[in-house]
Amino acid sequence: MAEPGGVVGERRWLWPALSGPGVIWLVLLFLTPFYAILAVAMGRLDPLFNTPIPEWNPIYWNPEVFGEVLSDLFGGHLTDTILRTLAYVIVASVLALLIGYPVAYYISRRAGRWKIPLLMLLVAPFWINYIMRMLAWVNLLDTDGYVNQGLMLFGLTDEPVVWGSGRHDTVILGLVYGYVPYLILPLFAALDRIDSSVIEAARDLGASPFRAFRRVTLPLSKQGILAGLVIIMLPMFGDYYTPNLLSGRASTYMIGNQIELLVRTGVGKSKGAALTLILMTFVALLMLYYLINVMRAQREARA
Amino acid sequence: MSTVAEAPTAHPAERPLVGWLRGWASNPWGKPRFLTVFTWLYVIWSLVPVVIAVLFSFNAGRSRSAWQGFSLRWYVGDPDLAILNDPSMRSALTQSVKLAVLTMLIATPLGIGLAIGLARWRGRASRPANFLMLLPLVTPELIIGVALLLVFVHLIPFVNLGTGAQLLGHVTFTLSFVVIVARGRLFAIGKEYEEAAMDLGASPMQALWHVLLPLLRPAIVVGALVAVAISLDDFVISQFLVGDASTNTIPVRVYSASRLGPTPATNAIATVLLFGTLLTATAAGLILRRARRREHREGSAVEDLARLEI
Repeated sequence: MAEPGGVVGERRWLWPALSGPGVIWLVLLFLTPFYAILAVAMGRLDPLFNTPIPEWNPIYWNPEVFGEVLSDLFGGHLTDTILRTLAYVIVASVLALLIGYPVAYYISRRAGRWKIPLLMLLVAPFWINYIMRMLAWVNLLDTDGYVNQGLMLFGLTDEPVVWGSGRHDTVILGLVYGYVPYLILPLFAALDRIDSSVIEAARDLGASPFRAFRRVTLPLSKQGILAGLVIIMLPMFGDYYTPNLLSGRASTYMIGNQIELLVRTGVGKSKGAALTLILMTFVALLMLYYLINVMRAQREARA
Repeated sequence: MSTVAEAPTAHPAERPLVGWLRGWASNPWGKPRFLTVFTWLYVIWSLVPVVIAVLFSFNAGRSRSAWQGFSLRWYVGDPDLAILNDPSMRSALTQSVKLAVLTMLIATPLGIGLAIGLARWRGRASRPANFLMLLPLVTPELIIGVALLLVFVHLIPFVNLGTGAQLLGHVTFTLSFVVIVARGRLFAIGKEYEEAAMDLGASPMQALWHVLLPLLRPAIVVGALVAVAISLDDFVISQFLVGDASTNTIPVRVYSASRLGPTPATNAIATVLLFGTLLTATAAGLILRRARRREHREGSAVEDLARLEI
């Protein structure tokens, strides 16, 4: 390694060699598995046991199951689930934004010396297990739980409300509660980055505070709003545990519940795989949007 | 104190809500009373349910909604149902810890290597590699879970569902978080130190080993702690790749108990998990803060953490 040629050579292979093991790991255990989904979805069923036989060779792929699932989705028995999933995700995301924006705004720009303590409280839910946060609501929403006790104390209801089975509002509340923290942080980051002199300039030039907010702060935080919404919508589309824990009825199933049920059975596995692929194609647009933004931000940070 | 001291005195009921909203909209730069109250209400709403769940793990009775006195019954006392005496709870605890430690041991070196490589490498393949690293962070976990399940059942059946499959799954999606943590630090350090070392005659390998890695040490420790916390916290992958009941992790155990009829013992084991992840995360935060202090940088570690893009 003493001669310069050796050093130059080392320079060339060192960085790829360091990345190598991680990249290989991700190729084998992150990318290949997607091929397995495809192989199972496009495979055949064992005529005797009715279990799926994956087909690894694309030449023999059989799109029959795919067609079945597509017709279930459009006008079949999965249409309701799809529409319900969309409705839940959209309503929960909008509510999360309405709650999250004022909080992120206040903490990033108006909290003064309370900024750091509040930020710590804001980050705390990240480190509390999602399932435990849902368990907390399972307890509170019990027929004799604190929510019903409170409602009855204030005379808002005469008899306890059964929150726990098949109520859309309960599931949406659960989704909002579960995912709001993940929306607030990108919002906080975006609002925190805004240079206050820009807003002061708008004020100095005669804009009312409301107009300055609408014309300066809001547009400048648009990227954060979109990034935050995407980052909570992605896991919501794959959620099955929230409806299961807070309701557990088929009337509140989301697409994730259908996938989980199908994949766990022998017969339905190839249908489950096909449904997973369809979901993936759908969320890929959201994922790409987010990743392109992130990679652009990275390049800007390096430059 | 000023902003917060005002909040309780400005009683929301004194003015109609519409007036409040209009007042705020016309002057959000004034004393932001509405925002102060709203933010603190949010914080209370986001944390109090969990605090109540923790309190009820210490309930003397079976109820999860009526306080019957303090006891450690659900932790140690009860002969069958306490988490110390219930075999399914104990095995969930050991399974979670085992997976977290093994995941950390594999994901940290892989992640640090990947982070250094991606930060310095300018080859044709570096951008696709970077993209591949980011993908697991945005893919819904359900999709990763289904994919891995099908792989372990159909493609590599010699990895049995259970600990082996769960470990491979945990490393796969923890890896990118380690990279993200280390990458922030790598950008902050810059290339100058290594280049100085190489100008003085060190080979790239020596510069890496004697200069860059020591500078990266806080990030390596934080990356390892984040790997532990994320593995402990995972539910979907662990559940999809569960083998027999002995490979249930704590979140999987809490999930099935919550569905089938939870007892305060469910709250108790969830509380143990909560303190596990909170301690890990706090340790990570403190190490970040110390590293900052030593370098006399402005700002705070929490702010850094909050600004971390995915």
